Amino acid sequence: MNSVPADGPDPVRAEITLTVNGSEHRLGIDTRASLLDTLREDLGLTGAKKGCDHGQCGACTVLLDGRRVNACLALAVAHDGADVVTVEGLARDGRPTRLQEAFLAHDALQCGYCTPGQLCSATAVLDELGRGLPSAATPDPAAEPVPDDAEIRERMSGNLCRCGAYAGIVAAVREAARA
Amino acid sequence: MRPFTYARAATEDEAVAACTDGAAYLGGGTNLVDLMRLGVAEPARLVDVAHLGHDRIERRADGGLRIGAAVTNGDLAADRTVRAEFPLLAQAVLAGASGQIRNLATVGGNLLQRTRCAYFQDVTKPCNKREPGSGCPAREGEHRNLAILGHSAGCVATHPSDMAVALAALDAEVRVRGREGTRTIPFGDLHRLPGTAPERDTCLEPGDLITAVEVPPLRMPSRFRKARERASFAFALVSIAAALRTDVPGGTVTDVRIALGGVAHRPWRARRAEERLRGARASGEAFLRAAEAELEAAEPLRDNGYKVPLARNLIVRTLSGLVAP
Ligand SMILES: Cc1cc2nc3c(=O)[nH]c(=O)nc-3n(C[C@H](O)[C@H](O)[C@H](O)COP(=O)(O)OP(=O)(O)OC[C@H]3O[C@@H](n4cnc5c(N)ncnc54)[C@H](O)[C@@H]3O)c2cc1C
Ligand code: SF4
Ligand code: FES
Ligand code: FES
Repeated sequence: MNSVPADGPDPVRAEITLTVNGSEHRLGIDTRASLLDTLREDLGLTGAKKGCDHGQCGACTVLLDGRRVNACLALAVAHDGADVVTVEGLARDGRPTRLQEAFLAHDALQCGYCTPGQLCSATAVLDELGRGLPSAATPDPAAEPVPDDAEIRERMSGNLCRCGAYAGIVAAVREAARA
Repeated sequence: MRPFTYARAATEDEAVAACTDGAAYLGGGTNLVDLMRLGVAEPARLVDVAHLGHDRIERRADGGLRIGAAVTNGDLAADRTVRAEFPLLAQAVLAGASGQIRNLATVGGNLLQRTRCAYFQDVTKPCNKREPGSGCPAREGEHRNLAILGHSAGCVATHPSDMAVALAALDAEVRVRGREGTRTIPFGDLHRLPGTAPERDTCLEPGDLITAVEVPPLRMPSRFRKARERASFAFALVSIAAALRTDVPGGTVTDVRIALGGVAHRPWRARRAEERLRGARASGEAFLRAAEAELEAAEPLRDNGYKVPLARNLIVRTLSGLVAP
């Protein structure tokens, strides 16, 4: 968050409730706080990363009420009462999901910085495919999508990877989509 | 970022009353929060309009749709009726931004998103749109992605929305709730050309709240296409939303709609091309002549002349595809 100019107006505080990875938290926040900063700084959940803070890289992707979003563009104050799942909350009972295992099996990462966002995004992609939602790669938007590589690339295009692990990411998502 | 107060409005009345000077409506925040972080927008108060019950898509008696202003871009593209009966709209929405952004972005916010002109987004640079009278460095500077049609000495920016291009082709209308009551604006009148007031993107007045977009039935083949610098997740260089009906396959054009994106300060309805085509035989030759007639008015800048043949070819290929899918 940018610092407040000395002569500027005072920061404004607000109280919100967030359910994060199944636990409820009552939080006092600055109205300017993004959901990303709130997760990372107030709740210590540093899985979601700040790559750009402008919606351009996807490193901050989390599930907000079941849908993938960029936590850097969401104001925390606007999502009072929401249910959030971060990469820390994907595994069940300490066991990685099929998607997480597929990421390991296909070497879908190098430095790992983009990986939390890739995993949250891909988790939602699997759900979107399951619900039959189209993408820009679906030839007829009224038809059911077929989860081929073109579909997976298009759906994952909001997640950049500076290490270029894309080939492994596509393979991992494809495997999880077929499972 | 400048500190601001936040209010979640529960009714339209409450929202309009709260949106006094210095306040801004908040949709998904994907453009506004970004601009606040850049110092381009500095509202003292945000009025959240995501909880006014404007999150539904309803069927109208005539078969058209009423799309609430708070429907997310993601939900709009997922809607079965939109996908089946208004494919150009589903395609336009899906061509924009990323899956994550579309889940936050709303219909109202999408229409009112600001230009992506780099000078507009950089508060250390002059820009007539951000600071009236300060000048337009884009005209002589970086304008590869900017306008070829309808620009002015004061501003050569483009409107970045893909969805708006489809709504322009659909002859949609925008429902607005203002301080003086409600009104309906034909879609083509919502966005302006820059002229001598580039600071105004639209005809809306302070406090105007978009409540819904009305879409009449289409009932003809349609398609949206977008040319960009990479395969996905990039703004349009040029885009097109088109619909075409002929009396018999390959016969005479009885109805046609063409709107272009990425070429002007507003979605560009290609009326001249449409006029040429109505009553003409649907052929590649006719499409080419119509496209050329439309683009005669183009005034490309030093570095964006490529958009003229790009727009021409998109028109010809898209219309040809609608005749022989
Ligand atoms: C990285 C990135 C890539 C993108 N790529 C594309 C792209 O390829 N194509 C494309 O079309 N778009 C693209 N976008 C833009 C995106 O579509 C818009 O940011 C989004 O649609 C804005 O909607 P919102 O609800 O988040 O608006 P907000 O940011 O909440 O608001 C935008 C403006 O609209 C006003 N407003 C909001 N709702 C209302 C209302 N109901 N009535 C009156 N005023 C209102 C706000 O005050 C503000 O001025 C991209 C954005 C990002 C960050
Ligand atoms: S083109 Fe318009 S938005 Fe860009 S610098 Fe010039 S005045 Fe500003
Ligand atoms: S940090 Fe949110 S998209 Fe880059
Ligand atoms: S693994 Fe390094 S950025 Fe993706």
